[in-house]
Amino acid sequence: MPKIPLSWLAESVSLVEGATPEDIVTSLAKVGLEEEGIHGSGVEGPLVVGRVMSLVKEEQSNGKTINYCRVDVGSFNDPEGPGHKPDNKVDYPSSKGIVCGAHNFVEGDWVVVVLPGATLPGPFPISGRKTYGHWSDGMICSARELGLGEDHSGIIVLTSLGFSADELEPGQDAIPLLGLDQKTIEINVTPDRGYSFSIRGVAREYAHATGASFTDPAGIPVTGAAGEGFPVLIEDEAPVRGNVGCDRFVARIVRGVDPNAPVPAWMKQRLEGAGMRSISLAVDVTNYVMLELGQPLHAYDLATVTAPIVVRRARPAESIVTLDDATRVLHGEDLLITDSDGGHGARAIGIAGVMGGALTEVSASTVDVLLEGAHFDPITIARTARRHKLGSEASRRFERAVDTALPPVAVQRAANLLAELGGGVIEDVFTDVNNVPAVSPIEMDADYPSRIVGVDYPVSEVVSSLEQVGCTVTQDGDVLIVTPPTWRADLEAPINLVEEVARLRGFENLPSVLPVAPPGRGYTHSQIVRKSVARSLAEAGLTQVLTYPFISSQRLDDCLLPSDDVRRDVIRLANPLSAEQPLLRTALIETLVDAVKVNLGRGAQDVAVYETGRAYLGRLVGAIPATYSGDSITPDDVEALNKAIPGQVRRVAGIMAGNKIAAGWDGHATPWRWTDAMAMVEKVERACGVVLEISSEVGERQSTAPFHPGRVAIYRLDGEIVGGAGELHPKVCENLGLPARSVAFELLLDPMISESEGVLVTASPVSGQVLAKEDFAFVVSSDVAAGDLVSAVIDAGDGLVEDARVFDVYTGEQIGSGKKSLAINVKMRDADHTLSADEVLSVREAIIAAASEKFGAMLR
Amino acid sequence: MTELSPLDVAGVDAAVAEALASFAAATSLDELKEARLAATGDKAALTLANKLIGGLTPEEKAQAGKTMGGARAAIGRALAARTAELEAERDARVLVEEAVDVTLPVSRALVGARHPLETMQERMCDVFVSMGWEVAEGPEMEAEWFNFDALNFDPDHPAREMQDTFFIDPPSSGLLMRTHTSPVQVRAALERRDSLENEGRGIYVVCPGKTFRTDELDATHTPVFHQIEGLAIDRGLTMAHLKGTLDHFAKSLFGPDAVTRLRPSFFPFTEPSAEMDLRCFVCGGSDPDCRTCRGTGWIEWGGCGMTHPNVLRAAGIDPTKYTAFAFGMGIERTLMFRHSVTDMRDMVEGDVRFSQQFGMEI
Repeated sequence: MPKIPLSWLAESVSLVEGATPEDIVTSLAKVGLEEEGIHGSGVEGPLVVGRVMSLVKEEQSNGKTINYCRVDVGSFNDPEGPGHKPDNKVDYPSSKGIVCGAHNFVEGDWVVVVLPGATLPGPFPISGRKTYGHWSDGMICSARELGLGEDHSGIIVLTSLGFSADELEPGQDAIPLLGLDQKTIEINVTPDRGYSFSIRGVAREYAHATGASFTDPAGIPVTGAAGEGFPVLIEDEAPVRGNVGCDRFVARIVRGVDPNAPVPAWMKQRLEGAGMRSISLAVDVTNYVMLELGQPLHAYDLATVTAPIVVRRARPAESIVTLDDATRVLHGEDLLITDSDGGHGARAIGIAGVMGGALTEVSASTVDVLLEGAHFDPITIARTARRHKLGSEASRRFERAVDTALPPVAVQRAANLLAELGGGVIEDVFTDVNNVPAVSPIEMDADYPSRIVGVDYPVSEVVSSLEQVGCTVTQDGDVLIVTPPTWRADLEAPINLVEEVARLRGFENLPSVLPVAPPGRGYTHSQIVRKSVARSLAEAGLTQVLTYPFISSQRLDDCLLPSDDVRRDVIRLANPLSAEQPLLRTALIETLVDAVKVNLGRGAQDVAVYETGRAYLGRLVGAIPATYSGDSITPDDVEALNKAIPGQVRRVAGIMAGNKIAAGWDGHATPWRWTDAMAMVEKVERACGVVLEISSEVGERQSTAPFHPGRVAIYRLDGEIVGGAGELHPKVCENLGLPARSVAFELLLDPMISESEGVLVTASPVSGQVLAKEDFAFVVSSDVAAGDLVSAVIDAGDGLVEDARVFDVYTGEQIGSGKKSLAINVKMRDADHTLSADEVLSVREAIIAAASEKFGAMLR
Repeated sequence: MTELSPLDVAGVDAAVAEALASFAAATSLDELKEARLAATGDKAALTLANKLIGGLTPEEKAQAGKTMGGARAAIGRALAARTAELEAERDARVLVEEAVDVTLPVSRALVGARHPLETMQERMCDVFVSMGWEVAEGPEMEAEWFNFDALNFDPDHPAREMQDTFFIDPPSSGLLMRTHTSPVQVRAALERRDSLENEGRGIYVVCPGKTFRTDELDATHTPVFHQIEGLAIDRGLTMAHLKGTLDHFAKSLFGPDAVTRLRPSFFPFTEPSAEMDLRCFVCGGSDPDCRTCRGTGWIEWGGCGMTHPNVLRAAGIDPTKYTAFAFGMGIERTLMFRHSVTDMRDMVEGDVRFSQQFGMEI
């Protein structure tokens, strides 16, 4: 995001007197430019100009040669006489002694000296110290040490930076001289405000925020005339989304630029402050103008370009070597700048608006420069930059739309600088291929901003705000006809104008009015039930966690999913964060494991966690209808879209490992058992208001994985499997690093919740009659399910059995092998009278008869 | 031992006095029992004296009966009183002796907790439901159309690049993991547009839920996070109503002194758009070293704005008849600054100790 050196900003807008960088970013934030940072040089003085009085080369035992310098730093000099130890054997003139390892300077050179007490970027505090047998009072600085770029080849010799000796004096403060007192602000430019990628745009916004007076840096006269300049043709045969790739192209020649002309220090400082490197005068000038005005420019070595320039789309298999020396194979949508070396438009010399080509770039021998200032279609540029992963300063601006009026002005500004700094001569006639359509006016009800914002703006205020941002406004009754300025391509509809008025008038005085919604229907059944599920599991001792849904295919293998299991219909991310985990979970347990392991890894021994959330599985239905144009999407469209989205049913799952009840002073430990997993399911059933069918049977494309096949309950609702609970498969525990006999459950919540939606409990009266209790001990074959026997007992009671419960299960020699004894406690009660002994007896007999008949049960 | 005569009033009185003294001297119910047996048992002087009454003359019987009756009554009263006293002492002593150390751990069962991101989400929804708003939800794996196109994201607009989206393979599937909860706004509006049009019933919904972006997990980023968004569509809604709603929401979560401010910003689906800041509820802007607001006095909380007419159009709602506002904030972020959570990783790694701090509500 753009970095704005404040001294540069101040050339286009009068900064409020005494405004600190913090004040300036606060002002800009008010109109929508958010601060990303305030940068200083990080240099604190004393940093002064020094003149090298003497320089003695001394070879060191490590093979290095150092220079012992006496430097005149004016008022900072030590008095004449012997210096510090160990240099106190000779009398020195008034000066400072400094040891320096660089060799690109000689006696008499003007250098930059950092003295003890100063701080360099890092921060590195500077102090005097003994080194190489001398006392060294600071350092002679290189550009890199001062944060002025990467140049570390030697120390700064001020005269080669463009300073003349007569403006320098020893001891002079070098901080302002080198622009190190400059503060730079970094701001975030939102995609609608591309013009703020420039000093010009930010200055204008600052003026909007503060009322300060703005001087448009693009307000310079364009000299000469558009006409038969360097020939340029725009031949776009494949506009993208109907937009021609280039609608304006200005080309202008500047001849006789001194290739050796230095880039002045102020320009280097500003470029570097803005985050760009200095390269050569011609390149720096184009970058400087881009930063200042927002118009990307390109400088060609005129001698290498063959007329005419043709702007066209790339051809199949065409490639180009770009400025960064990379060979890039182009795509038919890429817009190219070509020249006619080898035929009309035959040679690519640049990817339009993104990066120039290596063949025609300005070099150390370039004398005649061809400047390009063009306007490219934002979509074409954005796609190309994305396609080639080649975001550049130019593409960043073009894809956010650049002012269509700028090309001739920016080219002029660059030409002027080349003339001024490089002695170039600007050709009078220049090329301006201009197919930019006139900006369409927008009609807006004058009270529209007030209606949207809720502030009563007088029409005059609306008009003046719009004029302030550069619009031309005329009034026709209650309607304003607004023509946006060329730099505001984002202003397309009345609502965009509302935003301009609102932000210029400020959001600070917006009234606060709480709207009254119509009476609502409260939470939905599903929302209420889900909260109840979550709460009851937490009350039961489980801690809720939220795990990431990303898994590896190994995880499915570790869970022992057979290859035909429905959970193998896994959905893959096109761009996963980790290549190891490209899949989306098909069940919560698959990722819930990770939370268990985190806790075990941190020393927990007893872990019980649960998650409510979605898993994703199903087969993709194929391409989804991509875009709907027109006014609205139809219900049929919505249905088609929804059908194409695979299943992502809400679920709940838990894993419990270790002890449910810890050992303590008052009792023994109780481990989590398969029964606890099933008890959790009972809690979920209660919260959902449903009762599930329990069995050990799985269905087609289903498996008991990841559970122990003999210790898992499979739950069904209306015949469809909705989950399982029990012990995890011993191998799964081993694969996933879980403690042996960890237990788990997982249920599909959505179908369970829908089942009870709208179903009202029909209350039965609560009988106050005396309760009769009878116990039975039935011996049955060991494969008889206790639940089936209990159901038979209840049925046999013919409405009189209130509850029946197994309270003991016994196997052993007394009843013989292959058999078990189930002890059942039965509670009986009638609604309107106390059961007589005879009635109780007849129920008892009916129960015994039923148990015997259905299960061959013998009463013990 | 000389035999006590039932006619010997002084002797009977002395025996009674002796018995009363022995009762008083008893320090336990057992001792009292012994004293009672000594005073009233078969061998006791008074018992034996009583047995002599049968051999007396009628006149003597009357006098002896009166004497002995008085003695029995006195002993009975004294015995009852002392029994009550000693029982009370015993009961009090038992209570003291049965005292336990209440600082011992009382629950050995594992204790559960809700995840604070979920309870925070519920608390936020409660604020809106109490105002008559409804809670709308939608799929996490979403059609690109709902996530972007319907929300006025041009396919080539750099704004799409702002969203670091997880796309479903193959990319031609047109599916993604939603990057925000905003697609639910469109779904909610589509579902409710008939009652808006036919009954004039304004649409007021909040959409909480899980969202996804391709950020690596670090102290301040997570690829899976949660948002809550609000959407109100009605006749005559303005940005002032947006501000009023945000102020009310802020006060509900941060106390009656909470203040919000809006700063202009950009989102494709709102215009005008704004960033919403909350006045620092810890320092109120007075502490330059405040850790919650980093000394700025304001906490960035979320984005908001007036719903773009194109979004309303996509949902089949006429933007010339209705206006709408929307806002959204990160639930992780809210949790972080409301509860001084310094590292995002604590929320997502699943260490139960994090959730345990919050318990069942937030």
